[in-house]
Amino acid sequence: MSGQDSNLNNNEIRPVHTNKVGGSPFKGVVGWIDNRLPIFRIFKYEYLDFQVPKNLSYLWSLGGILMICLIFLIVTGLVLGMHYKPSSSEAFVSVEKIMRDVNYGWLLRYAHMNFASFFFIAVYIHIFRGLYYGSYKEPRQLMWLIGIIIFFMMMATAFLGYTLPWGQMSYWGATVITNLFSAVPLVGNTIVTWLWGDYAVGDSTLNRFYVLHWFLAFGILGIVIFHVIALHIVGSNNPSGIEPADTRDTVSFAPFTTSKDLFAMLIFLLAFVLITMFAPNYLGHPDNYIPADPLITPAHIVPEWYFLPFYAILRSIPDKLLGVIAMVSSTVVLGLLPWLDLSKVRSSVFRPIWKQFVFLFVLDFFILMYVGGMPAEGIYVLIARVGTVYWFLFFLIIAPLVSLTEKTLPMPNSIHEYENWKKQGRIKTLKIF
Amino acid sequence: MSENNNNSDKKNRRDFLTVVTTAVGAVGVGAAVWPLINQMNPDSSVKALASIEVDLSKIKEGQEITVLWRGKPVFIKNRTKQEIANAEKVDLKELKDPQHDNKRVKKSEWLVLVGVCTHLGCVPISGKGDYGGWFCPCHGSHYDSSGRIRKGPAPTNLEVPTYEFVGDNKIKLG
Ligand code: HEM
Ligand code: FES
Repeated sequence: MSGQDSNLNNNEIRPVHTNKVGGSPFKGVVGWIDNRLPIFRIFKYEYLDFQVPKNLSYLWSLGGILMICLIFLIVTGLVLGMHYKPSSSEAFVSVEKIMRDVNYGWLLRYAHMNFASFFFIAVYIHIFRGLYYGSYKEPRQLMWLIGIIIFFMMMATAFLGYTLPWGQMSYWGATVITNLFSAVPLVGNTIVTWLWGDYAVGDSTLNRFYVLHWFLAFGILGIVIFHVIALHIVGSNNPSGIEPADTRDTVSFAPFTTSKDLFAMLIFLLAFVLITMFAPNYLGHPDNYIPADPLITPAHIVPEWYFLPFYAILRSIPDKLLGVIAMVSSTVVLGLLPWLDLSKVRSSVFRPIWKQFVFLFVLDFFILMYVGGMPAEGIYVLIARVGTVYWFLFFLIIAPLVSLTEKTLPMPNSIHEYENWKKQGRIKTLKIF
Repeated sequence: MSENNNNSDKKNRRDFLTVVTTAVGAVGVGAAVWPLINQMNPDSSVKALASIEVDLSKIKEGQEITVLWRGKPVFIKNRTKQEIANAEKVDLKELKDPQHDNKRVKKSEWLVLVGVCTHLGCVPISGKGDYGGWFCPCHGSHYDSSGRIRKGPAPTNLEVPTYEFVGDNKIKLG
């Protein structure tokens, strides 16, 4: 059997180091702690001295913004949980109580609601950034995959959370989405009954959704830590897509990137505050202020805005199982992009053809979002079908084909040369890009 | 005996322990996981609510009522002569989920259906749609006056729940 056990097989004496105390660059109390628990040096190396490309645009601030959203969601969620009651007879009333009676309850709930929306705004921009600058390519494939996992978990968390206020949209959204599992051949209905703990969405369903909503939110936090650890191994990509080579190409994370990120966060939070204070329900649906009624489906059910493109893909296919498969695959193909786009050049700045298709894809995303919110009739069905076809064409055909045939533009040798070319007008980019 | 031999002896004992522990552990994990999974299925109190009786005497011809059974709406319709005739004359070849009307009713005037769209679970609206039955607003499924799927994404007919007549004007659901 396993013959590798060197400790057993030879009696050679080697030193062991189980005690690794020491090595801290700090002195005093901080040094004493850091010698035993290296948190200060990790922070120093990974956040203060850390070198990042000097040409990062504001599109690179979204990561920090996402972190802020997650933290605010957890904090507001935690305090909402002190007043919310996860039972089908009390949930709606307890949310109304939060809105009317709990001190600043209205603010906390509107903040939680709108942070969920802003979380998705930020993540979509973040994903677009990756798409446009080829941040999913070697060596960042795993970052991309972890990102897609986070995106799936965000969707699950937001869906579960939206069920909690137990309004009409909560109830019917939960019904339709859990029923997606009934498309699974043979065991579909067994799975759905198991998910519900009942023969329809009901009290047991709400109670477990509440627990899972909490659990997944902290799960996201956990996975985000992996995302960040991986980032600090592979380093940030940048608008040129060229890896930094020396200090002419980089700046240290603090204070340069941090001050830029803080400014971006401020703008983002300003937008958030404006919406939350002046149009708190703009991103929601009025029917969710009608208590859940298992006998009546609202005439026109729509999911939250951030699910609409995927909902459009689901509805564009007239077959139940195939519709569900298409919807799930639409995100899976996004995760496979590192292996579908074979171009060695990362940044779309140097890829004139691919760039057009990326912009078309963004347009497609918005078109699908629009038709996903419209009734599934007439012209909307047709548009949704065209949109769905382009979505899959983009990943499965266009990405490999363009990457193999496209003639890319001449590239500078380094980031500082890229910056010079930009100044000389040899590279044309939009200011923000 | 040489030292080497002694060592490999020890190793065999350790391998044996590993195999035994893994096997027992796997059985233990299985036994522990099943309750963790099965607890999510409907509990005894939910299952106990499984049957109810409904009085039909107040439902006039052409009228329909909706009752709640196991958390789901059930449509009970007193069909008109015309609706029955329409449902019966349909050529089974036209149907996505072929089933004759007489297989879906116990008495031809009383149609009893689980009011849950077989697509993704919305409640279809009575008296709407292209086939004189129900229309599901969620993704546009049309059902006929026998509750059979005629158009749209739903894969199967509206389900007929288990029920029986207990007296002329009373049914027991479940
Ligand atoms: C990934 C982060 C999270 C997302 C995307 C998210 C999303 C949502 C959404 C969309 C709602 C429905 C809002 C409404 O229409 O009223 C909601 C409700 C709720 N969430 Fe979260 N949430 C997150 C994290 C958390 C956390 C960490 C907690 C608790 C620790 C929490 C506790 C609650 C509670 C108690 C409600 C019900 C009250 C209400 O409806 O406002 N959430 N969440
Ligand atoms: S749920 Fe009825 S058509 Fe989709």
